[in-house]
Amino acid sequence: MDNYCASLDSIFHALADPTRRGIVQRLGRGPATVTELAQPFAMALPSLMKHVGVLEETGLIRSTKTGRVRTCVLERKQLAAVELWLGEQRAVWQARYGNLDALLEKLNGEDDEN
Amino acid sequence: MKIDPRFEFAVDKARNRITVEREFAANQQLVWDCHTRREYLDQWFAPKPLTTRTKHMDFRAGGYWHYAMVMPDGQSFWSRLDYQSIAPINGYVALDGFSDETGAVNPELPRARWDVAFSGAQDRTTVTTVIQYDSAQDVQKVIDMGLQAGLTSTLERLDELLLTLQG
Repeated sequence: MDNYCASLDSIFHALADPTRRGIVQRLGRGPATVTELAQPFAMALPSLMKHVGVLEETGLIRSTKTGRVRTCVLERKQLAAVELWLGEQRAVWQARYGNLDALLEKLNGEDDEN
Repeated sequence: MKIDPRFEFAVDKARNRITVEREFAANQQLVWDCHTRREYLDQWFAPKPLTTRTKHMDFRAGGYWHYAMVMPDGQSFWSRLDYQSIAPINGYVALDGFSDETGAVNPELPRARWDVAFSGAQDRTTVTTVIQYDSAQDVQKVIDMGLQAGLTSTLERLDELLLTLQG
């Protein structure tokens, strides 16, 4: 279970960067070469490759090189969906409990006044 | 991601189980009341910017809570929590499920069992919720449904999700 949470955290870390989110979103529409991925970000290839590397480490994407062309694909899209769902469940519980903190504080305050 | 030492969210994939644990700065009776009375539930259960609207609440074994989480644009997501057993003020067991506005539970979709336990000492209370699905297939069905209904973030909605997580 601990390993699993660690992988969830690494995926959310990877996706905390807007460029990497852009890459994942683009790959959601189909495979792309590194040059194609770099285009919308006006980014030099070495910088883009660093982002690709971070994403590859999480297992979210995979890249293969043919000749001089490196092509990336979104791996395990279904797994990504599971991770996102879990991340969202976590966010929902965290947020609702934040609301509950505020309500409890209010009710405790009312109690003190009585 | 913001670290909150009072909050724990553990996933046991092999058992299709999520455990959520959280400590609150209030006595057990008050935390219990907030979980079991509609006028309180309506004030906290939905994460912002959504709001909670209770249509029916009968907190007893065999009774149920029928509520909607309402988006700012008015779109509502209805759920129904059927109470199976209650031990005031230490815990309850309930079946979570997706429903419609009339309160009819969608029979196509799996239900998760919620085992909610309260333990307190003076002005501190810990709430532990074990959310149990029957199978990995059931979890998958819930995710697929969420994707279809727009409930769950798709890859295109990552930005919003990450803002929530950082909030």
